[in-house]
Amino acid sequence: MMYGYDKMSMDLLQHELVPKHEILSDEEKNELFTKLHITKNDLPKILDSDSVVKKIGAKKDDVLRITRTSSTAGTAIYFRLVIPE
Amino acid sequence: MVYRISELHFSLLSPDVVKNLARVRVVTADLYDADGYPVEGGVMDPRLGVIDPGLHCRTCGGGIGDCPGHLGYLELAKPVINVLYTKVVYQLLKMVCRKCQKVMVEEGKERKSKRKHKITISDVEANIDLDSVIVQPATCPFCKTKSKKITFVKPYTYYEEKKELSPMDIRERFEKVSDKELTKVGFNGGRPEWLILTLFPVPPVTMRPSITLEGGERSEDDLTHKLVDIVRINQSLKENIDIGAPEFILNDLWELVQYHISTYFDNELTGAPLARHRSGRALKGLIQRLKAKEGRLRGNLLGKRVNFSARTVISPDPRLSINEVGVPESIAQELTLPFYVTTKNVKEAQRLIRNQKANYVIRPDGRRIKITEENKTEIVQNLIEGWIVERQLENGDVVLYNRQPSLHRMSIMAHRVRVMPYQTFRMNPSVCFPYNADFDGDEMNVHVPQTEEARVEAAMLMAVENNLISPRFGGPVIGLDLDQISGIALLTKAETKLSRRDATLLFGLAGFAMELPAGKEELTGKELFSLLLPEDFAISGYRSNFYKNRKIEKKGEDPDEWIEIKDGKLISGIIDKQSVAAENGKLIQKLERMTNPTTAKMFIDRAGRLGAAYLMLRGFSLSIADLDLPPEAQTKTREEIQKAEEEANQLIVQYQTKELTTLPGMTRKESLEAQIMNALASGVSRASDVVETSMKPNDIRNMYLAGSKGSVITTTQMAAVVGQETILGKRIKRGYQKRTLAHYKEGDLTPGAHGFVAHSFKQGLDPFEMMWNIMNGREGLMDKSLRTRKSGYMQRRLINALQDLKVMHDGTVRNAHGRIIQFTAGEDGIDPSKSDWGTIAWKDRLDMMVKE
Repeated sequence: MMYGYDKMSMDLLQHELVPKHEILSDEEKNELFTKLHITKNDLPKILDSDSVVKKIGAKKDDVLRITRTSSTAGTAIYFRLVIPE
Repeated sequence: MVYRISELHFSLLSPDVVKNLARVRVVTADLYDADGYPVEGGVMDPRLGVIDPGLHCRTCGGGIGDCPGHLGYLELAKPVINVLYTKVVYQLLKMVCRKCQKVMVEEGKERKSKRKHKITISDVEANIDLDSVIVQPATCPFCKTKSKKITFVKPYTYYEEKKELSPMDIRERFEKVSDKELTKVGFNGGRPEWLILTLFPVPPVTMRPSITLEGGERSEDDLTHKLVDIVRINQSLKENIDIGAPEFILNDLWELVQYHISTYFDNELTGAPLARHRSGRALKGLIQRLKAKEGRLRGNLLGKRVNFSARTVISPDPRLSINEVGVPESIAQELTLPFYVTTKNVKEAQRLIRNQKANYVIRPDGRRIKITEENKTEIVQNLIEGWIVERQLENGDVVLYNRQPSLHRMSIMAHRVRVMPYQTFRMNPSVCFPYNADFDGDEMNVHVPQTEEARVEAAMLMAVENNLISPRFGGPVIGLDLDQISGIALLTKAETKLSRRDATLLFGLAGFAMELPAGKEELTGKELFSLLLPEDFAISGYRSNFYKNRKIEKKGEDPDEWIEIKDGKLISGIIDKQSVAAENGKLIQKLERMTNPTTAKMFIDRAGRLGAAYLMLRGFSLSIADLDLPPEAQTKTREEIQKAEEEANQLIVQYQTKELTTLPGMTRKESLEAQIMNALASGVSRASDVVETSMKPNDIRNMYLAGSKGSVITTTQMAAVVGQETILGKRIKRGYQKRTLAHYKEGDLTPGAHGFVAHSFKQGLDPFEMMWNIMNGREGLMDKSLRTRKSGYMQRRLINALQDLKVMHDGTVRNAHGRIIQFTAGEDGIDPSKSDWGTIAWKDRLDMMVKE
């Protein structure tokens, strides 16, 4: 990597258009699956090549909790499954 | 359990398969013998299936509807090319070595299938490039034979250099190519020789039924005609071969068989003449059956026609309730619904038949008997439990009422029938809005649900009163319109007072009875309106349309400004667009929410009639004089317009002397245009303010204040100034070089030369101004038609993409696979159809609860 690259680049997660992404623990994941009566494949997907996924270090089969701002509800919570590209 | 299709496999139809499927060997071109019975071995052989009612199939024993029909086959005297595969044949011919029968693809350059599954016919077409991009190799990489140039002449002839290749030659060549060789070009859908027909499949009669005409004469299907031709020529070819006829005769006949078989598949072949019926009409080939608008796919599978429906012109009748539809007698007599006779209702059924209110009876054995004047007494006597009487439509029946284009779910709603004289469907004008209907010649459709379940479902889910609130924005889609609003607004103004006698007359005109408050000799309009409301109804907290644009908040000063209804009494506020119109009517919305749909329906029915009736009583008219402004106002508007024009002219001078400020992101010219537009627009708007404040009360004013029709802008255009006419949002600059019309100097930038209309419609426009107005009008017209088409298609695509998304019981939105699209519907979980304009009006509810 270029010298000083990390100093010059901005923090992706601080950008106003990037919503909050969190990795769910296994318990949280199971809770979500039982609550919605789904398997992991029924969730919306996100590629592991996604910049935020790489930044927060999420791996395949992780589920992310994304807290977005919503024009109807103020904030809305989404879950996405990390899949390999 | 959901089963998923993992793979579909298509391949060519092999002669062996045809032979195995077939039940009949077709040998003769005759259809019927002298007695009119179908000939065995002909193309109407009784073993091919049944098309006549009452008969049974000679192959499977099934009757009409049970027997799917059975295939026959015809042995062709000489093979014939399947026209649908001419391109595949062409490509293969080019690739197969004429000497060693190997596919001329160098080792290591074979086409590899990208997919793991079996390669199908569509892959064959995709792999053997249909657009003849592949070049014929010059020499065979294996035996080094020089290849000869293959050419294809439409519709179905092939040449190798100068020599014509007969289908027989091609077939022989293909037979020798091994399966392994074929995989090199990805041909995996069967054997290539199957592209050349030797056994011709004769389709079942069920897919080409003959029609019996009145005289007992039979009229055969196009395909049958074609098949007869094929069989006849094939027979004669066979005979000629057997007697050893000369080559040229055989070739002529062979060519003819090829022609008939080709047009049987596709009668729109380039290069081949159209096969015609005796009458000169082009015959329909198999392709024509499937293709295009009226073909099987678009015409029958994607679009269906239905029975028990009617269509006619619509016209208004405010005396009907919004959930009714007036059905012409002639239509009501034609549309029927089944009446199941039981021991309890025999009497009723008999009455229906005796009074000619039923068209058919169906006996338990399925026989349908038409009821006529002659046989009705007999039928009445025989009528017992288990019979079905097909009775005519009568008052109160539930029908579906629809206007195309059906863009939202309110485009088809359930109405109650009212049988009426004359020839049009009648409807309450208040339901025009959801159907987007008017009465300039619109036609609408009625459908009669045939089962009890369907009727109940329609009545509960689709009834007009259950669809008052739009699921799109949570407001009413049905409300008052035009004169109804004007009338209600004028009635509920504070100064409106009616004598008891006038009030009685008013309800008489409106056509419904109301108990007037006792002991009062004079009644206010607000009191009369309150009679329509339920006793415990309350709403408040919004301004009437008359005061909609007021900025200052001072409650309680003007009795007409703020709406307040308490205990079913209108205390203050004018009831107008903001209360009772479709899309805006808060009163209707709340009435529907807080009471029940029937009450809301009744309110709309009555309020509409009351409004129109009050206008009749009061009188409502306009005159040109209503557009006269007071003299001072008139001079004021003139001055404002002149001021604006002068301002514009000064801008032009500044532009010419290059003193004009250039706006960011614009050229100098653009800046000038923008500033001129601005100056003129603010001039017009000042004139508009003058009109608004100075216009004496009259019925034009009443209309736009109540929100029933017109606006300040349209009134200004009539009374003071029309203003800038635009093309594509800019001043008009089309026409000649550097000028819009020949009457202006080149480079004239003044407002008048570029579409500014300084007169009002009442004053009249000068010829130039009229030109600008017409130009703008034409643009509007073009725009409207283009925009509706474009947006209609966009919406269709969007709906197709989203149609199987569903809000599940846990509040998530999922698609047909059960995959989650949204975790909470719309992110806020609000069902707009159960909301107040997309939000929940907790405040109102809390207020009410607190008061209780």
